[in-house]
Amino acid sequence: MSALTLTLKQPPQRRVDLSALSFIPHLTVAEIAALKLWEGKRRWRVDELFDIEPGDTSKLVLRNSSAKLDYLGKDADGLDIVVDGDAGAYLGMGFSSGTLLVTGNVDIFAGCEMRSGLLQIEGNAGDFLGSALPGDKRGMRGGIILVKGDVGDRCGDEMRRGIVLIEGNAGNYCASRMIAGTIAVMGTTGNYPGYGLRRGTLLLWQKPRQIPPTYGDCGTHTLSYLPLWFASLKTLDSRFAEASNTFDRVHRFGGDLGSVGRGEILIRV
Amino acid sequence: MIINGIAIDDTFAEAFPMKATRVIITALNQEWAYHAARAMSGFATSVIACGCEAGIERELLPGETPDGRPGLSVLFFAMGGKGLTKQVQTRAGQCVLTSPTSALFAGIEAGKPIPLGENMRFYGDGFQISKKINGKRYWRIPVMDREFLAQEATYMVDAVGGGNFLILAESQSQALAACEAAVAAMKKIPNVIMPFPGGVVRSGSKVGSKYKALNASTNDAFCPTLKGVTNSQLSPEVESVMEIVIDGLTKEDIDRAMRAGIQAVCDLGVGNGIRRISAGNYGGKLGPYHFHLREIMA
Repeated sequence: MSALTLTLKQPPQRRVDLSALSFIPHLTVAEIAALKLWEGKRRWRVDELFDIEPGDTSKLVLRNSSAKLDYLGKDADGLDIVVDGDAGAYLGMGFSSGTLLVTGNVDIFAGCEMRSGLLQIEGNAGDFLGSALPGDKRGMRGGIILVKGDVGDRCGDEMRRGIVLIEGNAGNYCASRMIAGTIAVMGTTGNYPGYGLRRGTLLLWQKPRQIPPTYGDCGTHTLSYLPLWFASLKTLDSRFAEASNTFDRVHRFGGDLGSVGRGEILIRV
Repeated sequence: MIINGIAIDDTFAEAFPMKATRVIITALNQEWAYHAARAMSGFATSVIACGCEAGIERELLPGETPDGRPGLSVLFFAMGGKGLTKQVQTRAGQCVLTSPTSALFAGIEAGKPIPLGENMRFYGDGFQISKKINGKRYWRIPVMDREFLAQEATYMVDAVGGGNFLILAESQSQALAACEAAVAAMKKIPNVIMPFPGGVVRSGSKVGSKYKALNASTNDAFCPTLKGVTNSQLSPEVESVMEIVIDGLTKEDIDRAMRAGIQAVCDLGVGNGIRRISAGNYGGKLGPYHFHLREIMA
């Protein structure tokens, strides 16, 4: 059975909260059509904003998507979503299980406080990818985020567990205040990578412009866990799955010694 | 039943329920995997005094191991889960953690957990790092040669221990040659180990003893030097008896191993001095699993 398809009738003037769509696996098409979506202080029915093509409600396809559609896949559980186009802020926030694929770019806080599943972004992602909401103490706590483009600043801020894979470049403060997990960046990283890192791994293909002074040089090593880690990515549609991009020899910097200091920046050698 | 001139006794081997687990040891090369595996499975011939029975199950190619290095699978058997857990943890800590280049992984992924890295991580003194990969947790423990990688836990399953058969031969050297042939054939069967030295035990036991402190003693009915002074089961031409003990994850695994081993002995034939195949039958006192030789070889 094909997926339930929603086609945006016209780009919204203001930002629209799509978090209500996360409940569609439990609803009939009529109930989905009657769901209320907030646009500023206005409230729309789903069928006022979208053309609805009935289908399997455990799968959602969003066509003509816009960067003003926020909270897509928020807390979704057992839902596979394909977004044809851009998505707004808070994409996949608290995502519990399933897959969320976006063919375009996404705004800030994508995958924030995500719990499990796969979030794949073909374009770029904004700031605070996989991070915690302001004031919260734990960011992403499971699952995989794959970004094929670039990401903004503070990627993985307060990230607790899981994997963030970035094929492009990362902005400033990548892996800031990270608690655990792994962030891998094939491209360049901005200033202050691993700022305040407590535990966890920042795995880099390119040497940063500067290693923060609060990191200790632990030398060059072959780490036997890396082949195991790369093998777990083999099923992804990503450059991370290619054998030519895997390695086990790294330059290890331990830190951030200004924090707990049990984390590491590993740089491919 | 006679196969190739060798008589197959109308008897059965008795075996008993055990708890078992499997671990996978990898290393820089097969030689160092063997060093760790032999140390970990050392002094583990019999639960009578060793605490567990253990042995190397088989070699693993790099493509078969979690970290893509050469490795070995090692099976452990004990009478209960508590004892098995203690033995595996102690041996992992003293024999694998200490062995250069080694890494340790679960060989069974379902059942009750036996902590590996979960407890060994504390050796890292706070510098240990956890990584959850494909839903499994691994521990990176810094050691002097680099990092020791250990999976959080392996898992225990119900198993069967004590499957056996006896080879009765005209001489000691012929009995040993037959045992070597049998063990070589049985090593090709998965899920089983032959825990005694070289897979062979020359001091087969009977249940009980005239001494109250002992619960097992020499199987005098099969001791050739006692033929004239005890209720012997040996004919005059038999001068040596050796036993192969098999522990397996299931009764069927032991069935397959016994068939392979007995067949290898029978292939040698009576011309090589092998007269009979028998089994350790203790009148049903030892355990609920019965392996009837003639049914296995039918």
